[in-house]
Amino acid sequence: MTTAVPAADERLTDVDRFRRLIIRPELGAVAGAVIVFTFFAIQSPVFRSPAGVANWLDPASTLGIMAVAVALLMIGGEFDLSAGVLTGTTGLTLALLTVRFDWNVWPAMAFALVLALAIGFVNGFLVVRTRLPSFIITLSTFLMLQGINLGVTKYFTNTVSVGGIAQAPGYQAASAIFAKSVTIFGTQFRIAILWWIAVTALATWVLLRTRLGNWIFAAGGNAPAARSVGVPVTRTKIGLFMTTAFAAWLVGTILALKLTSVQANAGIGQEFEYIIAAVIGGCLLTGGYGSAIGATFGALIFGMVGKGIVYVGWDPDWYKFFLGILLLLAVLANNYVRKFAEESR
Amino acid sequence: MSTPLLEVRGIGKHYGRVVALRDISASVHAGEVTCVLGDNGAGKSTLIKILAGVHQHDEGAYLIDGAEIRLTSPRDALDRGIATVYQDLAMIPLMSVWRNFFLGSEPTLGFGPLRRFDVAKAKRTARSELAAMGIDIRDVDQSVGTLSGGERQSVAIARAVYFGARVLILDEPTSALGVKQAGMVLKYIVQARERGLGVVFITHNPHHAYPVGDHFIVLNRGRMIADGAKRDIGRDELTSLMAGGAELEALSHELEHGDGGLAEVAEQLEAEVERLH
Repeated sequence: MTTAVPAADERLTDVDRFRRLIIRPELGAVAGAVIVFTFFAIQSPVFRSPAGVANWLDPASTLGIMAVAVALLMIGGEFDLSAGVLTGTTGLTLALLTVRFDWNVWPAMAFALVLALAIGFVNGFLVVRTRLPSFIITLSTFLMLQGINLGVTKYFTNTVSVGGIAQAPGYQAASAIFAKSVTIFGTQFRIAILWWIAVTALATWVLLRTRLGNWIFAAGGNAPAARSVGVPVTRTKIGLFMTTAFAAWLVGTILALKLTSVQANAGIGQEFEYIIAAVIGGCLLTGGYGSAIGATFGALIFGMVGKGIVYVGWDPDWYKFFLGILLLLAVLANNYVRKFAEESR
Repeated sequence: MSTPLLEVRGIGKHYGRVVALRDISASVHAGEVTCVLGDNGAGKSTLIKILAGVHQHDEGAYLIDGAEIRLTSPRDALDRGIATVYQDLAMIPLMSVWRNFFLGSEPTLGFGPLRRFDVAKAKRTARSELAAMGIDIRDVDQSVGTLSGGERQSVAIARAVYFGARVLILDEPTSALGVKQAGMVLKYIVQARERGLGVVFITHNPHHAYPVGDHFIVLNRGRMIADGAKRDIGRDELTSLMAGGAELEALSHELEHGDGGLAEVAEQLEAEVERLH
C-alpha cells in the first residue's frame, strides 16, 4: 500500500484559510466579548479595575460552568430545560440534609450528586427511549422539579427558603474548595472562576481530542449515520444529560455554600440563559456543531453586560433587551457560518 | 474456480405473508464486481440488508469463504470483512473529512483517562488513504458537507477499504449523481476491484453496471430473472431485462387504445422494444 503523503495542496488558497477561520464556532463569541469588554472598559474605570473584573467574573463563572455542559449537550443534539431548576434541587437537597437532618456537608453533597445524576439519567433515558424531542421531556422534568422544590421546602421549613448551612459540620472545608475567594494580585476572586476554567478546559479537550468528542459531534450531526458506523449514540446522549446534571450539582453546591441559604425557586429561568450563552458561543440549535470555549465566552458576555450596565449607570431594566439583541445577532451569524460550512462548492 | 468470498444459495425472505425475495443464488469472488440490477421494488434492498446483516434470511444458505453462517448484526458483517456503503453514506456533513473517515473506529493514544484521539495519525492516514485510491480531496480538514456527491461516495468507499473490507456492498452509489460524478464513482469501484476486493454493485442503471461489472444478476419482483457473466450477457440484453421487455410491450399495447398523443407515445415505445429485441 502506498503511503505517499502529499504535501500541503497548492489549491489551498488564502480563501480556504479564511474560510477555515470563519467557520470556527467560537469566533463570534470571542469577537463579541472583546467588543463588549472594550465598550464598558472605556465607559467605566470600575469595570476595568481588578475588583470590577472579579465582580463580573463571579456571575459569569457559575453561568459558564452550566453553559459549557449545555453546549456539549446541544452539540450532541439535545436540550435540557431542567438544568436551571436542577441547580436549585441540588442546593436545596444539600441545605435540607445539613440544616434539618444535621448531616455533615460532605455526605449531603454526595447524596445530592447521586440524586442529580439519577435525574440526568432519567432525562436521557426517556429521550433516547421515546425518541420524543428532549425539549418536551425536560420541560416536564422542569415542571416536576419546580413543584418538588417548592413542596418539599415548604413541608420541612414552612417557608420558601432553607438557611444556616454555615453552621453544619464540614462547611469550612467544603466552602474553601467550592465557594471561598482566593487572592490574586491583591484582589479577591471567587474560587468558582477556577472551576469554570477547569470545566471549560476539560470539555474542550474531550470535544476535540477524544473519541467521545467525535461521538458527541456525530450523535448531534446525524444520529442514524453515527449508529451505522458503530458509535454508541444512546450511551453518548445519556452521558451528556448526566454531564449536564453533574454541572447543575456543581453549580448548585457552589451557590448554596456561597450564599449559605437556598431559595425554593432557585435556578428557575436560568435554563434559557445557559442555552443563550451556548448559542452565542456558536452552538447550532439543530446540533452537531459548536464549542465549549464559545459557550464560556458567551457566559463571559452575559456577566460583563449584566454588571457593566450597572457600572455605567444605565437602567438595569434594559438588560434583557440587550440580551435579546445579542442572541439575535448570534443566531444570524451562526446561520451564516453553517451555510458556509455545509455548502457545496 | 476459487471459493467465493461470499455466496448465497436459494436465499429467500418474507415479511409476514409478503414474499420479498425468493430463491436467489449469487456469488462474489475476490477481484470481481457482481452487479445486482432491478427496478424499484425488485428486492434489491432486501438482498442488501441480508448480505449486510441487517436482516436474516428465512430460506436458503449464506456462505462466507465457503462456510455457512448466519449474520447477527451489521457489526458482525463488518467484522467478517463485509462493508456496506449505503446511499445516505453514514457521513456527518458538518464534520471534517478526517473525523468522518475514522468515526466509530478512532485511533487512540495513551491509556486510562488520558486515552485520546490520535488526531495527527487520523489526518495523516485519511490523507494518504484517499491519495492511494486516487481520490483527489483538497483538504481533509474541510467538512464533508462541502464535498460533491461523488466525492462523498468515494470517501465512503475509501473508508470501507481502509477498515479491511474484503467485500464491498454499494447501494445505488451512482443513482443520485450526474454523468461526470457517476463516472468518478465507477472509477473507484474499479480501483477497489483492482485492489482485490469483491464488489457487490447494486443499481437500476444498466449503463453504469455494464462497463464495470464482471457478473450480472437481474431481479424482478423478488425473483432472479437473469444471471450471467459479462461474456454471456450483452448490454442491450441487460437493458431489455431491466426495463422488463415484456412489460414494455404490454404497456405500448395498452397505450395504443388511447387517443392521439398517447398513440404517439405507444409508437415510440414499440420502436424501443423492437430495438432491444
